[in-house]
Amino acid sequence: MLKKKRGREEAEINGSSLADIAFLLLIFFLVVTTIDVDTGIGLVLPPIPDDTTPPPPVRERNLMNILVNAQGMVLINEQPAAVANVRDLVKEFVDNNGADPELSESPDDAIVSIKTDRRTPYNVYIDMLDEVMGAYEELRHTASMDRFGVPYSSFEQGDERRAEIQEMYPKKISIAEPDEG
Amino acid sequence: MSKFKKKQAKTKQSVPTSAMPDVVFMLLIFFMVTTVLREVELQVQIDYATAENIEKIEQKRRVSYVYIGPERLGGGRYGDTKVQIDDALVEEIGAIRNIMYDKLLEQPRLIVSLRVDSDSEFGIITDVQQELRHASTLQINYSTRREI
Repeated sequence: MLKKKRGREEAEINGSSLADIAFLLLIFFLVVTTIDVDTGIGLVLPPIPDDTTPPPPVRERNLMNILVNAQGMVLINEQPAAVANVRDLVKEFVDNNGADPELSESPDDAIVSIKTDRRTPYNVYIDMLDEVMGAYEELRHTASMDRFGVPYSSFEQGDERRAEIQEMYPKKISIAEPDEG
Repeated sequence: MSKFKKKQAKTKQSVPTSAMPDVVFMLLIFFMVTTVLREVELQVQIDYATAENIEKIEQKRRVSYVYIGPERLGGGRYGDTKVQIDDALVEEIGAIRNIMYDKLLEQPRLIVSLRVDSDSEFGIITDVQQELRHASTLQINYSTRREI
């Protein structure tokens, strides 16, 4: 008697509401998800100098001093300049290859030093840094077009050619030590 | 005419929906994987600066954020510029060193993303950077929006 009853019953779970549950979860995650991409200007800070080893000597001509004061005014190698001109000046300085005795000896030696005041507005500093990055980006683009005939931005991360261009124009940007007090 | 009708009647009218849960589950899993639920509660106001020459950070796992901006006081008022790491405001700038050093031990290839309000003064950022240098977390990234 009992055996007969069991045999008659369907041993299956009704799966028709499965899609509904999945939809509900899907909508929850759709609402919660924020696909925001992190973008920004990357930089590597210099390590803290230790007292025992003096900093390596840098020749005056290989150093480009950019000073930004509290009013957001820019001074490049003691000469006042506008933020809009920074890109060209940096390009000229880095890509000099020893031609002008006032400018850098080679892109490898060139160091761009940025110094700010404590009251410098942050957005002026970012504009400044953006221009310097832009200068390097343009130089790399030109070098890449000359050498490989393809724009620099087309190389994937870890591409050998990308590394080669990077070696030609290394980004040597130094954030100057802040003044004491 | 009658011939047409007969043909139509023969073909099945319904779209098979048995694969629908599979499709939905696939989407569901995609969104589950991409969702970042642990978003910090911001206690400072940040308007990002804009720049043209920006790069994407691909590996989000390596990133740790430092927020710098005027403190939100409620009622639409803002206080002094403060530094926030994770969920708490950092009252003592000197504490950043230890916080960041601990993070560095967990993630040796740490990138510190500085999310700074565009109207801040650079002094506080200099202080934070000095702390980061002491913690030897040297890879940083100034978070900016793309300039339009």
